Amino acid sequence: MLNIADSCAQAVAPIHDGATVMIGGFGVAGQPVELIDALIDHGATDLTVVNNNAGNGDVGLARLIQLGRVRRIICSFPRQSDSWHFDEKYRAGQIELEVVPQGNLAERIRAAGAGIGAFFTPTGYGTPLAEGKEAREIDGRHYILEHPIKADFSLTKAHVADRAGNLVYRKTARNFGPVMAAAATTSIVQVAEVVERGGLDPEAVVTPGIYVDTVVRIADPAQTDPREEL
Amino acid sequence: MSENTVDTVPRTSETPLAPEELARVVARDIPAGSYVNLGIGQPTLVSNYLSAEDDVTLHTENGMLGMGPEAHGDEVDPDLINAGKIPVLETPGCSYFHHADSFAMMRGGHLDCCVLGAFQVDRKGNLANWHTGKPDAIPAVGGAMDLATGAKMTFVMMSLQTKKGQSKLVEQCTMPLTGVGCVSRIYTDQAVFLIEEDGVSVRETFGTSFEELQQIVDVPLRPAR
Repeated sequence: MLNIADSCAQAVAPIHDGATVMIGGFGVAGQPVELIDALIDHGATDLTVVNNNAGNGDVGLARLIQLGRVRRIICSFPRQSDSWHFDEKYRAGQIELEVVPQGNLAERIRAAGAGIGAFFTPTGYGTPLAEGKEAREIDGRHYILEHPIKADFSLTKAHVADRAGNLVYRKTARNFGPVMAAAATTSIVQVAEVVERGGLDPEAVVTPGIYVDTVVRIADPAQTDPREEL
Repeated sequence: MSENTVDTVPRTSETPLAPEELARVVARDIPAGSYVNLGIGQPTLVSNYLSAEDDVTLHTENGMLGMGPEAHGDEVDPDLINAGKIPVLETPGCSYFHHADSFAMMRGGHLDCCVLGAFQVDRKGNLANWHTGKPDAIPAVGGAMDLATGAKMTFVMMSLQTKKGQSKLVEQCTMPLTGVGCVSRIYTDQAVFLIEEDGVSVRETFGTSFEELQQIVDVPLRPAR
């Protein structure tokens, strides 16, 4: 049954120390800013975080890293002009990093939600990121074996939810949202609006409610100008 | 090199090409009706030279086909950005999808062409563009490996030489690879190279001659057939 939380604090309350937490978003689009802030306030530590990046500036995931709450991060692109908190922790040996090509990251997350044990992908074959991984030639093409990435929790952002937990997204803010919601034992989604059952066109639903555990309404989410994040 | 090779490679510009001019050359070579992904940086310039008649559909790996030009002012929507995290616009007929679908269409061979930057490309079409290999560098790969391996054609757009004058077209990549045997063409400020099964051909030169090019590039070159 869908849990509609009264606040972000209530939504993230079950996140325990040592949890694996997927955080959606690509740049500012789809970033669950209010849920990340609630996780910071919540205090859970020793976290493994799955995100495309490793934090920008001094807020959100960057702040979580700065506070030393993140033991390990799985991402495709940690190093950015403003990823200084990650850079510092990484160089100090205070955070573990697993770099995954972006498509393999998305597919590994998808695989976890879809019950796939592992899969062969051509991406990364012959590169340093294939070291130690099983390789196989199938019909003349080379592949490496990749395993799913599961999580205890996912924090994502959608545009509208109905009371059955069905979700629709806005534009490129969809990004990792659907696959992360499916890959987490408990998926927590912030939305701008919650409507009654029947309030969403079933043909337009992107994430069916079966994947959604908790929804919290943030009517007026923080919206950074994308260019300020570059 | 035999003398007649000099004449068989056309010098199509008297000066090396500026990035914008090179972008125009790349754009001309993208088949009409293609689905194309343009990498971050120089390759993005190619979009400026694609016209409506080309009917090229741009893909951005964060989940959109039919990406339009950069958005400005009131048109900026924080939920609509490209892979370089620049706000962009929709075009009529565009579509959105999640990240796993976006890379599935790439990996599944549905994308006709991608244009990427590079640190090094070697004679076998191996690409190095994500990691300098320096021990203190923090590795970050993004979508580069997926693009290089997934698109039907991978074009590279780069300056031929490093700032120190070394050729970036090399016998064998010394930097960590992004993809194996994936590059089919290299567009540089000085020439267009075709990577073929049995060697590297030069299709045209810009502000240099075939022989001068061979002095710079430590890979045996031949005129394109």
